[in-house]
Amino acid sequence: MSGDHDHDHDHAHSHPHRPDIEDSDFDDYQLMAEAVGELLIEKGIFAAEDLRRTIEAIDAIGPAQGARVVARAWVDPGFRARMLADVNAAAAEIGIDAGPIPIRAVANTPGLHNVIVCTLCSCYPRLLIGLPPDWYKSRAYRSRVVREPRVVLAEFGTVLPEDVAVQVHDSTADLRYLVLPMRPRGTEGMDEEALARLVARDCMIGVAVIDR
Amino acid sequence: MRRHHDMGGLPAGPVDSTPHDVAPWEKRVDAILRLLIDSKRRVMTVDELRRGIEDLGPDAYDRLDYYQRWISSISNILIERGVIGMDDLGRRMAEVEARWLEAGRKRREAGP
Repeated sequence: MSGDHDHDHDHAHSHPHRPDIEDSDFDDYQLMAEAVGELLIEKGIFAAEDLRRTIEAIDAIGPAQGARVVARAWVDPGFRARMLADVNAAAAEIGIDAGPIPIRAVANTPGLHNVIVCTLCSCYPRLLIGLPPDWYKSRAYRSRVVREPRVVLAEFGTVLPEDVAVQVHDSTADLRYLVLPMRPRGTEGMDEEALARLVARDCMIGVAVIDR
Repeated sequence: MRRHHDMGGLPAGPVDSTPHDVAPWEKRVDAILRLLIDSKRRVMTVDELRRGIEDLGPDAYDRLDYYQRWISSISNILIERGVIGMDDLGRRMAEVEARWLEAGRKRREAGP
């Protein structure tokens, strides 16, 4: 493998639409990704169709799935209890496949705010809320949120009252977390679908709270 | 001893939360891993992916971006396992490069 020519990779993250790769400068890692995929298909490890479907599935999963689980927990106390016991099983009840890796819900309360991180790498409840944002995988977030969570939250514009405790949950390859935000006041008349629309990704990571 | 990836609690700069799109090649890498670890195939595990990333060493860890680390680790593990050969991979990368360069040349010739 040639290995070492360092292009500026910023362009790889900034295309608004799918570019034709031939139009852009490419690097060894893009070549490697293409080559590894082709070799695995030829060796019958998976089919080209499997790869295409998996990429489509990645595109299809976003925070809306997690938001549906949260909204159901807000309207159905029984579901909430089952979700706190076993997120994967609870998600399955409403037709969402949260995957084989256990996810634990951590519920915010008036006196407790939860935040999730993976200090070692980037473990994240992907099947419920999609691919993690870049900052979740960054050195800055991983290093600092466990030591000075309030300062990091403030960088996201989230300032918590002093009397609210902050708990940081460090995910692993075998256990991931999802923050169950508090249902905002004044939403008593809203149906589940409208409630789900209030639940943004960052609220399920815990760097934001739902403000209304 | 603390290894390089184990950065919880260390000092670091501000969090840059600028949103970004995931590039198609990055999704491909993500999809390749998902297929390799799924319960039907079990060619590798997530823990191995991370071990492979840690084995890249501190220099590569800092120099490579996220999915560059992933595809490097995946390739190394597949080679270790004998699923693909190192020579096969090198040859195929050269072929893909030639194909893409040719496609790019044709496109430029065809004009905007």
